[in-house]
Order: sequence, then structure tokens, then C-alpha cells
Amino acid sequence: MSSATGHFVAQRVTAIVLVLLGSWFAVSLNGLDSFEHAIVVAFIAEPLNGALLALMCASLAYHSHLGVQVVIDDYVHAAGLNKASLMFSRISHLVVVALSIYAVFEIGTSA
Amino acid sequence: MSNTERPLSPHLSIYRWPVTMTLSILHRATGVAMSVGLVVLATWLVSAASGVDDYDQFVTLMSTLAGRLLLIGWSFAFFFHLANGIRHLVWDTGRGFEKRQANASAWFVLLLAVGMTVVYWMML
Repeated sequence: MSSATGHFVAQRVTAIVLVLLGSWFAVSLNGLDSFEHAIVVAFIAEPLNGALLALMCASLAYHSHLGVQVVIDDYVHAAGLNKASLMFSRISHLVVVALSIYAVFEIGTSA
Repeated sequence: MSNTERPLSPHLSIYRWPVTMTLSILHRATGVAMSVGLVVLATWLVSAASGVDDYDQFVTLMSTLAGRLLLIGWSFAFFFHLANGIRHLVWDTGRGFEKRQANASAWFVLLLAVGMTVVYWMML
């Protein structure tokens, strides 16, 4: 499979995952009694919720990077700057997903 | 001899902007907006993990007018990208490419996304 086909497939697989997890997250957020700390933490600390949240954050970051990559390739043509932008996107997404999953894990284990 | 009946290439001044183009641009714009929003989602989670003080600070920040407008914007971006993303997945199966179908699904997705955003905030 070429890397372009890989991109196409990964974008769609994460899209389908996110249709499900994104909808779940939107409905769950709306179902919370309030956005007070105790209530939000109790929600995240539920093992199933924590696992789904972590999975959602990973899928979001992956899907987001794939999309940003297309935008960068469309608009940033200078080879050096293109490479640097892609690297910046990759690192930013990794940092965001690491922080998110660590936070979910931290809440789950300390609750 | 010049033929005045010959087809002319499209002219910008008489070009009618198709709604499908708006959706295409919006799909990319909402995607990029949500990529930025991931930082806020991560901040929400990290602040919740850091304790009630940090979390309350985050909530206070997002409760300002600017914060609320951003959240409403991101919720619209989410619903739009979700609905239009499903439209794209249907296209991937080879269906819905006729001009009339594409225009109809475009308006459907646009109105659905606005409607879902309004209903979501009313239910919150």
C-alpha cells in the first residue's frame, strides 16, 4: 500500500471511529448535571468513560494531523518549510495527545 | 469569421457560486479550527486532573463572552464536520454525486449542523 493510500484509508478509519466516539462525547457532555470539578472528574474516572476518552483523544489527534498534513501540502510549497511545518504538526499533536491521555489516566487512578 | 454562438469559458463576473463549494471550504475550515480546539480539550482534561483550583480557573476563562463564543463556534464546527464527514463517507461509496443530489445534501448538511448546534446549546 502506498503512503498516499495509507493516508486515505487512515483518514477514513479514524473518521468512522470519530463519528461514534465524537457523538458519544457530545451526548455524554450534555448529560452531565453540571461542569463542576467533582462531576466532571467522576465522569472521567469511570473506567469505560476514561478508556473511550483516551481512544477519542488518540483518534482525534491522528485524524487532525492527517487533515493538517493535507492543508500544509496544499499551501506550503517550499520544501524546507513544508517539512518543518509537517514536523511541527506531528510534534504538536503528539504533545496534545500525551497530555490528554495522561490527564485521563491521572484522574482515573487518583479518584 | 467569428461564431458568436460558440461557448465561452466561464467568466468570474457571471459565475454563480455553488453551495457545494461553500461546504468544501467549510469542511476544511472547521477541521483546522477543531485542530486548534484540541489544545483547549487537552487543557480542559489537564486542568481537571490538576485539581479543583486549576479547573475552576479554566471554567472561568471559558465562561467569558469570548470563551463562550469560541465554544459555540467549536460546537458548530463539530456538528458540521460530523455531518459533512458522513456526506463524504457516502461519496466514498460512489453515491450522491449527481449535481442535484450534491446540492441537496449540501443544504441538508448545512441546515442540520446549524440546527444541531442550536438544539445542543438549548439542551445544555
